[in-house]
Amino acid sequence: MDKIRLRNDIILFASLLLAALAVWGALKLLQKPGKYVVVEIEGKVSAVYALDGDLKLDIVTADGHVNKLVIENGKARIESADCPDKLCVKQHAISMTGETIICLPHKLVIRIEGEGGVDAVT
Amino acid sequence: MSRDLKLLTTLGVSTAAAMILSFLETLIPMNIAVPGVKIGLANLVTVFLLIKLDWKSASAVTAIRVLLSALLFGSVASLAYSASGAVLSMTVMSLLKKTGRFSALGISTAGAVSHNAGQIIMAVILLSTKEIAYWLPILIVSGTVTGLAIGAVGALLVKKIDLKLDRKA
Ligand SMILES: [Zn+2]
Repeated sequence: MDKIRLRNDIILFASLLLAALAVWGALKLLQKPGKYVVVEIEGKVSAVYALDGDLKLDIVTADGHVNKLVIENGKARIESADCPDKLCVKQHAISMTGETIICLPHKLVIRIEGEGGVDAVT
Repeated sequence: MSRDLKLLTTLGVSTAAAMILSFLETLIPMNIAVPGVKIGLANLVTVFLLIKLDWKSASAVTAIRVLLSALLFGSVASLAYSASGAVLSMTVMSLLKKTGRFSALGISTAGAVSHNAGQIIMAVILLSTKEIAYWLPILIVSGTVTGLAIGAVGALLVKKIDLKLDRKA
């Protein structure tokens, strides 16, 4: 019985890791160099910037919280923020389609869109 | 002591242990940029109770722990995430336990991964952004690793600790 359980456990671990690998691989394959930086607050697009121009500005949410967005050298990142966890600042700079920087406390999503792909604006 | 009283005491002590583990978890700095990557120390108590007693005891202690730790160490927003993670993880672990085909290792790992999945689902709902799914691979892998570790310790505790609660008494 224990042997069967252990075998089932191992099958479970293997399938989980395979699933992670499959999702990761699929996402990597779909990625292309991006064109636009889309800023979304609570699921609504609040601004769109070109990825090829340098830029530094404060994103201010409805309740006054601030994330400082920096776009330089074709990459976007959050330089500083007043959220409690600062995870958005730690996330690496993004430049490929589908990549995101997310600040959960501020319900803020920065994502990269490709050519003509700013579908959420419409 | 009557069985009911023993059970009540066990659940009380378990809740206290789970709270301590939750608190310890907040002291451990996780220098990873992905929200939701954590060890899940308190899940140790859940796994132990689920295997040793039943899903009802495990769910009761987990529900109290999630509520109290959001109140003490978290926020209303963190409650939404941890509650959705806990509900999904509790359901998955109870079902796996019921099949009788998995050990503490498998149950705990599936619990950790589904906890992470539950949080992602909540984030997708709260932020209405499907892109959060990009975190899924990292959260599956981290859940597998931490779930395995917690499951190993849980299995050891199940073996070593005798609650002296004879279910038929
Ligand atoms: Zn942040």
